[in-house]
Amino acid sequence: MGTTRNRTRIALTAAGLSAAVALSGCAGVGGKGEEASGSGSSGGDGGNSFAGDPSGNLTIMGFGGEDEVAQARVDAFTKAHPSVKVSHPKGEFDAQQFLTALAAGNPPDLVYVDRAIIGTYAAQGAVVPLTDCVKARKVDTSAYREAAINSLTLDGKLYGIPEFYVVQVNLIDAKTLKSKGIDPSKIQTKDWPALKSTATSLYESNGSKIKRVGFDPKLPDSFPLWALINGAQIVKDGGAPNLNDPKAVEALDYAITLVEAQGGWTSFKAFRDSFDIFGDKNPLTTGTITAFPMENWYVNVLRDSIPAGLQLAAQPITDRQGNPVSTLGGSAWAIPKGAKNPTAACAWAAEMTATDTWMKAAEARIAKTKADKSFFTGLFTANKVADEKIRETYKEPAPKPGFEQAIQAFYDTLDTAKAMPASAAGAQIDAAWKAAVGRALGGQSAQAALDQAQKEAQAAFDKAKK
Amino acid sequence: MSRARRGGGGAAGENRAGWLFISPWILGFVIFTAGPMVASLVLSFTDYSLVGETHGVGTANYARLVEDPRVAKSLTNTFVYALMFVPLGTVVALALAMLLARVGRAAGFFRTAFYLPEMTPAVAAGALFLLLLNGQTGLVNTVLGWFGITGPNWTTDPAWLKPSLAVVSLWSMGGTVVILLAALANVPRQLQEAALLDGAGPWRRFTNVTLPMISGAVFFAVITNTIAALQMFDQAYTMFYGPQQSSSASEESLVYMVYLFQNAFEFFDMGFASAMAWLLFGIIMIITAIQLKLGNRWVYYEGDRA
Repeated sequence: MGTTRNRTRIALTAAGLSAAVALSGCAGVGGKGEEASGSGSSGGDGGNSFAGDPSGNLTIMGFGGEDEVAQARVDAFTKAHPSVKVSHPKGEFDAQQFLTALAAGNPPDLVYVDRAIIGTYAAQGAVVPLTDCVKARKVDTSAYREAAINSLTLDGKLYGIPEFYVVQVNLIDAKTLKSKGIDPSKIQTKDWPALKSTATSLYESNGSKIKRVGFDPKLPDSFPLWALINGAQIVKDGGAPNLNDPKAVEALDYAITLVEAQGGWTSFKAFRDSFDIFGDKNPLTTGTITAFPMENWYVNVLRDSIPAGLQLAAQPITDRQGNPVSTLGGSAWAIPKGAKNPTAACAWAAEMTATDTWMKAAEARIAKTKADKSFFTGLFTANKVADEKIRETYKEPAPKPGFEQAIQAFYDTLDTAKAMPASAAGAQIDAAWKAAVGRALGGQSAQAALDQAQKEAQAAFDKAKK
Repeated sequence: MSRARRGGGGAAGENRAGWLFISPWILGFVIFTAGPMVASLVLSFTDYSLVGETHGVGTANYARLVEDPRVAKSLTNTFVYALMFVPLGTVVALALAMLLARVGRAAGFFRTAFYLPEMTPAVAAGALFLLLLNGQTGLVNTVLGWFGITGPNWTTDPAWLKPSLAVVSLWSMGGTVVILLAALANVPRQLQEAALLDGAGPWRRFTNVTLPMISGAVFFAVITNTIAALQMFDQAYTMFYGPQQSSSASEESLVYMVYLFQNAFEFFDMGFASAMAWLLFGIIMIITAIQLKLGNRWVYYEGDRA
């Protein structure tokens, strides 16, 4: 009896210890919240100045800096500021790593993050306003594209310096279209029944195995784009969620019918998961997808597939009235609260996105394309002045008409792209609509899925605004 | 008398030495486990967000556990996964252990081979299985196709997401296999021989001799695998919630620890995440207590009867 009791005690203790792993994981960041949030030792509006000559160590999180465009700008900064020792470990931004470092009072000096999460970080006080930084470094924010600046502005304060400018157009496998006798102009988003008809005519399967998708609406990621095409923004100005706007619901309903008409979600997604997006066997080259909304950086990837037989075409994405539309994405530089070297961080953010620095990056890209016997596909930055100067100086017609058409389509979209407004509950809104689209693709009605998402997102937004 | 005193001093010395030997573990436990546990208990009654001011919120976070539909959803998903994985994992591990126990030559190689996946990062295994289990082009369905079976869309069909996770988790059963293998080696040969002489066939010897004799190890495997299943994170996160996958994830793959992680590190809701952790702690304790209560009825412990 005693043995059994002892055994029970030991086993329960073992269970407790195992479960403790989960619990200690939650508290592993240590109770230093007050120190991290309260010190205000640097970087804040009223904290240390961003002005002065940068020096000392500068630690950056989320910036790999491997390609020639990044490296040219890193070189330009380090040459201009030899007394700054820059450390930027490879790897994408890791929220857990960042937040634990922040809570422990040891954040990096600078983070390179997706602009979509800046609003949440700003509302929580994880990153500081850059109003003083912009003043100290005499950054001309009017040179940056307004949409990018707006996506980083919360309650009238700027929290990040935007870097790249990511927009979308429909990229098309012209070879497949030609073989089917379909004109590229049929890949359009103005006339929805016609698009569905085109997509289904291009779709091919062998039993349950999909052979070709005619048009991929890129759900769930592109739900904001479909809402925009139908005239709705899923986040209102001011950051409140607008997920169950009737036009957004209608757009989701329609986009799902495109998926259902081409094999249904589970097969469609499995087929899409098998693609080698970055290699020679990318879906446009292998003919496994005929058209999809895609971002500007991808043309640079596709250029390497010309020898493999890729014939590219492109069409702008339009709203239902025929006006070009695109969502807007990209990264930004932001300075965490408690950063130890805000001066160098501010200088980096300002100089990496300055016109002169972008020109050096473009020069490096041109040199690379010449070395590769390739061609320049454009450099799309959030600095409008730099973009125009680069285009004037370096842009030449691409040797392949389809590529030229695609590059031109991206340039034409830059001024019409719309960013999602910064929101104090950006992360929760993002999670809510993604889950809702997942549920809708799984069979729930778009209305019910988005109603639930709106409820969750609104609750998170109300809580964040308190 | 003097011998007794010396003996007593020796016991005290051994006692001290014992404490000294385990002191690194005790220190580690207090600093890295018990301390954070207490901290997380305190945090569960606050609105701690990693940054910003922290305020007490009483039991509000615990009330939210009931109100938040995703808590119930993720708990249900986790239980369903555990119900699939624990029996399946235990049977597979036992089958492998019995096969390994019979291997003569190259036994060391096979034991190492079966344990190797335990050393493979779960992230790598998750990425690997995403390719293998792809419903359209994956190897698993290709092989099933050779036998005329149309495999499901393992990683995209909401109905198959949890079975997929259970299959992927089998990859790292090496630890359980080793434990069961050790238990099988300790089954007295004379009992097997006696059963054989009495005319018992292989199945009878397995159910009446082998299984009772290793029931302690099987029971241990069931308890530890249950705890591991309820805390499952790596595979689910890698396969369905990593940077490349999160936007396509179905809620059917949202296991409890992933939702806890999201609250802690994506939504800045560390107080709520701490309350979630304590709920899981309570659930694990209750399930383990029930397992022990039931297990004591059928588990045979050597030395139980003196």
